Amino acid sequence: MSRIATRFAQLKAEGRGALMPFIEAYDPDPATSMALLRGLPGAGADLIELGVPFTDPMADGPTVQMAGQRALKAGGTLAGALAMVRDFRREDDETPIVLMGYYNPILSYGVERFCLDAGASGVDGLIIVDLPPEEADEVSGPAAGQGLDLIRLIAPTTDETRLPKVLAGTSGFIYYVAITGITGTRSASREALAEAIPKVRKFTDLPIAIGFGVRTPQQAAEAVQVADGAVVASALIDTLAKSLDEQGRARPDTVRKVLDQVRDLAEAVRNARVPA
Amino acid sequence: MNKPLPNSLRQGPDGRGRFGQFGGRFVAETLMPVIQEVEQAYNEARNDPAFMAEWRRLLKDYVGRPSPLWLCERLTEHLGGAKVYFKREELNHTGAHKINAVLGQIMLAKRMGKPRIIAETGAGQHGVATATACALFGLKCVVYMGATDVERQQPNVFRMKLLGAEVVPVTSGAGTLKDAMNEGLRDWVANVSDTYYCIGTVAGPAPFPQMVRDFQCVIGEETKQQILAAEGRLPDALVCAVGGGSSAMGLFHPFLDDEEVAIYGVEAAGRGLETGEHAAAIGGGRPGVLHGNRTYLLQDNHGQITEAHSISAGLDYPGIGPEHSWLHEIGRVTYVSVTDQEALEAFQLCSRLEGIIPALESAHGLAHVMKLAPTLEKDKIIILNLSGRGDKDIFTVARHLGETL
Repeated sequence: MSRIATRFAQLKAEGRGALMPFIEAYDPDPATSMALLRGLPGAGADLIELGVPFTDPMADGPTVQMAGQRALKAGGTLAGALAMVRDFRREDDETPIVLMGYYNPILSYGVERFCLDAGASGVDGLIIVDLPPEEADEVSGPAAGQGLDLIRLIAPTTDETRLPKVLAGTSGFIYYVAITGITGTRSASREALAEAIPKVRKFTDLPIAIGFGVRTPQQAAEAVQVADGAVVASALIDTLAKSLDEQGRARPDTVRKVLDQVRDLAEAVRNARVPA
Repeated sequence: MNKPLPNSLRQGPDGRGRFGQFGGRFVAETLMPVIQEVEQAYNEARNDPAFMAEWRRLLKDYVGRPSPLWLCERLTEHLGGAKVYFKREELNHTGAHKINAVLGQIMLAKRMGKPRIIAETGAGQHGVATATACALFGLKCVVYMGATDVERQQPNVFRMKLLGAEVVPVTSGAGTLKDAMNEGLRDWVANVSDTYYCIGTVAGPAPFPQMVRDFQCVIGEETKQQILAAEGRLPDALVCAVGGGSSAMGLFHPFLDDEEVAIYGVEAAGRGLETGEHAAAIGGGRPGVLHGNRTYLLQDNHGQITEAHSISAGLDYPGIGPEHSWLHEIGRVTYVSVTDQEALEAFQLCSRLEGIIPALESAHGLAHVMKLAPTLEKDKIIILNLSGRGDKDIFTVARHLGETL
């Protein structure tokens, strides 16, 4: 069983949902980013999304855009993100890591070679934002060959006629985009999610994680009450960005501040489903 | 009897929106349904005689089509070779070819019931055309423009505002056309239900490359009739500048199956291809995926998109329409490039010899005509798409010539 499937099975047995923090590789520098990645499981991350910096992140709001720019300035690349995962795996062979990014850096790396290296580095899944199912054929084969889950986005605009098509090539889990919009802007209401998730659930047995607009412990708790996981990105990156000095460099407490926030989120997620 | 054209180069794109390996729909899931909605609406509209008749009426009575085909006698004599004709797209209302496709798209948006229009613009020509059409149709218009471009294209910014559009300066990235397009896509993701994204060139996710091309083909179709009337035969060469490549595709496409017609697309070489400061996606880039399509792109070894440079804000884009990438790879169109300096010289020559101040974009095309015409016999014919007028560029040109206005 894959790390992702194993982790969701464990969580199901525990009767709770997953906290999935997102950090951008190399933001604001390789060492700080690596320290964050290493610290996430201890702070309560159940799965980790590692963002691959790209110059033109068309689905991201200003917070993640800025993270990408800091990362690129610090030398961030797809190869660098893979190297971080390799380092991480020396100490942690259980926490699943999903790479999230855009297609062009993967194309440039070479799809086959990338999947081979990602698998060998200990990556468990891929979320390629600008690769809808209609274009995914050239990645799905090589990814499956290396045991990489291809995790698809489902949006509020994905209707019931389209859902089966999107779900057909999905494995690992489903990433439900909570709002029609970009990252770090609005949040979906609890009611909207409570209505949307069961509709997706009708079509799949895969775990469903909710992302886009999940910022607070309260929102993360609400997300795992209706779904199986909560992705928190912009809220953590905001904390990181605020902790930097005037030159955009990490301060000594940058890592601690972000991990403290992860702890608060994790606690909320763990207590969310405590029976009354 | 009509001969079938089994090998026509005009049949693309295929069902996946691809021209060979190029094109496609590389967008986030949130946008896929609306893109398919646009495609379906477009396929219905183009087969609706009433829709096409209304578009033709607007082209004739509002835009002022057909645009003339002008024999440049002084320029021809000066170059001492092939006869040079200009297809005068700069005489269109709003001063460029952009309005042809904008009117078609805004009619489509209205038909789809989308009351809000967004657009990206570099030099401001597409923004002005979109703001114009929105004023005509009474639709809300938001134009994304890089903050750098807002600074260097103040007259067009003010034009858009006069026309009732909201101009949003984009500060992300380098603040140029690429970043404006990112912001347009981000807006669309957040407002899919009431908004239509009026893309300005033959790029973006399918069906935009095909749709914008189809509307712009009015240029090439008119040119074909006009040159047959004037010369009784097809031209020997077509030349047009290529940024995203909508004016070029509009001229080229109706001639793709006419093997005897040589076709040249002219990219912006900026300060020179060897300097790295250019906007020649084919001349100095390689295939990748950006803004919804697979095409030639300027990028580094890691697949990060690099900034384009051109004296012409309208060519200042790191990509090119996917159909151009395909025409390059199959060898049907020859892509060449022209530097800022060569374009500046052509700009001045055209003004003095023909009394036409061309857009800096079109001056790139003309600079290649200046190289090509002297190598051809006097009975040969070259047609240049003079895609826009140069009023917007006089400040840039003055600065380069060391004059203050």
